[in-house]
Amino acid sequence: MSNKFDLFDILIGKESDDDFKKKPVIIQGMTGSFGSTHTRLMKEYGTNIVAGITPGKGGQSFEGIPVCDTVKEAVEGTAAKISGIFVPAPFFLGAAKEAIDNGIKLLVAIPEHVPLIDSLKILEYAKKKGAIMIGPNTPGIIVPEVMKVGIMPAKPFVQGSTAVFSRSGTLMYEVSHTLTQSGYGQRICFGIGGDPINGTNLIEAFNLVRDKDDINSIVVVGEIGGDAEEKLAEYIISTNFEKPVVAYVAGRAAPKEKKMGHAGAIVYGNYGSAESKVSNYARANVPVAKRPGEVPDLLRCRLKN
Amino acid sequence: MKLLEYQGKEIFSSYGIKIPKSHLASNVYEAIEAAKDIGFPLVLKSQLTVGGRGKAGAILKCKTEEEINQKFQELMKKEVKGEFPKSILLEEMADIRKEFYLSFFLNRTKRCYSIIASSQGGVEIESFKNRIIMDVPIDGITSDLASRVANDIGLVDNEKIAFIEFIQKLSKLIHEKEAELAEINPLALLGDGTFVALDAKVILDDNALFRHEDLKKYEELSELESQAKENGFSFVELDGDIAIIGNGAGLVMSTLDMVTDAGGNAGAFLDFGGRATTESIYQALKVISKVKQIKTILVNLFGGIVRTDLVAQAILKAYHDNTIQVPVFARITGAESEKAREMLIESKAKLFNTVEEAINAAVKY
Repeated sequence: MSNKFDLFDILIGKESDDDFKKKPVIIQGMTGSFGSTHTRLMKEYGTNIVAGITPGKGGQSFEGIPVCDTVKEAVEGTAAKISGIFVPAPFFLGAAKEAIDNGIKLLVAIPEHVPLIDSLKILEYAKKKGAIMIGPNTPGIIVPEVMKVGIMPAKPFVQGSTAVFSRSGTLMYEVSHTLTQSGYGQRICFGIGGDPINGTNLIEAFNLVRDKDDINSIVVVGEIGGDAEEKLAEYIISTNFEKPVVAYVAGRAAPKEKKMGHAGAIVYGNYGSAESKVSNYARANVPVAKRPGEVPDLLRCRLKN
Repeated sequence: MKLLEYQGKEIFSSYGIKIPKSHLASNVYEAIEAAKDIGFPLVLKSQLTVGGRGKAGAILKCKTEEEINQKFQELMKKEVKGEFPKSILLEEMADIRKEFYLSFFLNRTKRCYSIIASSQGGVEIESFKNRIIMDVPIDGITSDLASRVANDIGLVDNEKIAFIEFIQKLSKLIHEKEAELAEINPLALLGDGTFVALDAKVILDDNALFRHEDLKKYEELSELESQAKENGFSFVELDGDIAIIGNGAGLVMSTLDMVTDAGGNAGAFLDFGGRATTESIYQALKVISKVKQIKTILVNLFGGIVRTDLVAQAILKAYHDNTIQVPVFARITGAESEKAREMLIESKAKLFNTVEEAINAAVKY
């Protein structure tokens, strides 16, 4: 499914499209303090936000953007296929389902603390309807200097040819910032999410960029917990993934069996440990940075070879 | 949230899952009373969240009241992987015909629920042979699937029927209570042909607790943890002397790694989340001030939309009202950083341009 789904087509479109780089985006939960702050920032960045949804506030407007009661009204006449979901976690299931039911193909699920069963349900539903979800518990997605759907600051990111996928928000900013300072701009960056269940996992993220000629390398920012990095290493080996990959793994010094801030960042025995991730990456010839600041150097080496 | 064995068993019992006759005791008098009801021989099981109790000697058999007197005290004083029990579960000895292993868990890799079952129970999961893994539909296990699991672990006739019923109850529990894990090791087949859960390891989804009033009573937070939770912080107490504060779990973890690499010992991990305001930073410092043995506070804050002068204001406020006395070493990127630097010049706080410099200062202090 991931192979058929063209993320860039959805996000920015083709040059022949009337709305090339101006694809319509709706924001669910736009009028809350969190949603409104970031709607303003996204709009400033160039994202074409065409409507916001807050049940009960239909008819109002915010920053010149109309507010609707339902997703149905918001997509009517705008043909939006992208939704940024900013509602509180208890309302996520309903909001995401409504979005999918009304033709949204890319859900950017910002809220933290979404119950796992709700994530599973939405994931299953999205697959059935040919949509994909990024998150939950993600900072969102950014195509530097074109558009962003999420809460990331604009400053760390510049246009370029690297893709950055991260399980952590602030580390995505930090690593992109160090890349930018070293002259490595980014084509796309997105947060996989800090939860145990990710709408788009690392392997699917890799599939989304694998055939993109304008992406020459990938930086993966991981952390302890689960086996996403281990499975990714397997994928890189078994599918003969050719683009250079550099990784960072946070949490080497974290104690076991403690949730380190993210619901997904927890080690049980050896399962989810940093050692396991680093050794699997080594088998896949993926260098792992000791600290975020080391990522650009490792990338430079990999790009030379 | 990881439940203690007796808590898991309470939930099992409410779903009609059979558990051995048992009583919880937090002192020896209660234990002796409980023993009168249970009868001898019985087992004393230390109530701990960490695994490997059996190996660590935290499960003991008792044949007499004298033995309870002695072994109960022994268990209460016994530390396993840094944890002491608050109570001991007394449990009857079951008439076991055969032991199995059964668990339902949230499969992160496959993004669904899965079952692991084996006809060899009572041992470490890693050492299993002949274990079977099956994925379960999101609405729960079907009787057809349950029947296949039963076949695969070699059950026939009445035992098979009893097992199917057992696994369906467990499936219902998992989905209704929104558990990430329910593991029974061992699951015992008794002489009378019934299945009984001899152990219970249950992990609940913290994020779903808001819709389970009945499960909130199991949440046991230390004073600091609940104070952190009220403020929306993620907080983990460690045993060193450097407190690490930052915005974002990954960033704080990464800082913790770098502190450790530099030879420092972290004493606290605090992620105050996405929104940095004067008040939230001040509250974070307040939580940290109550952690014992903290000699320095390291702040690592990466933000494009964070105003660093507001952070500086919080630090000054905390010094001013004596919430903190120890030095703060901070790396803060964001707007107004020159102003923030000037504001802090007379205080015990110091701003650095890179996290490496801030860490070095904290470790050397």
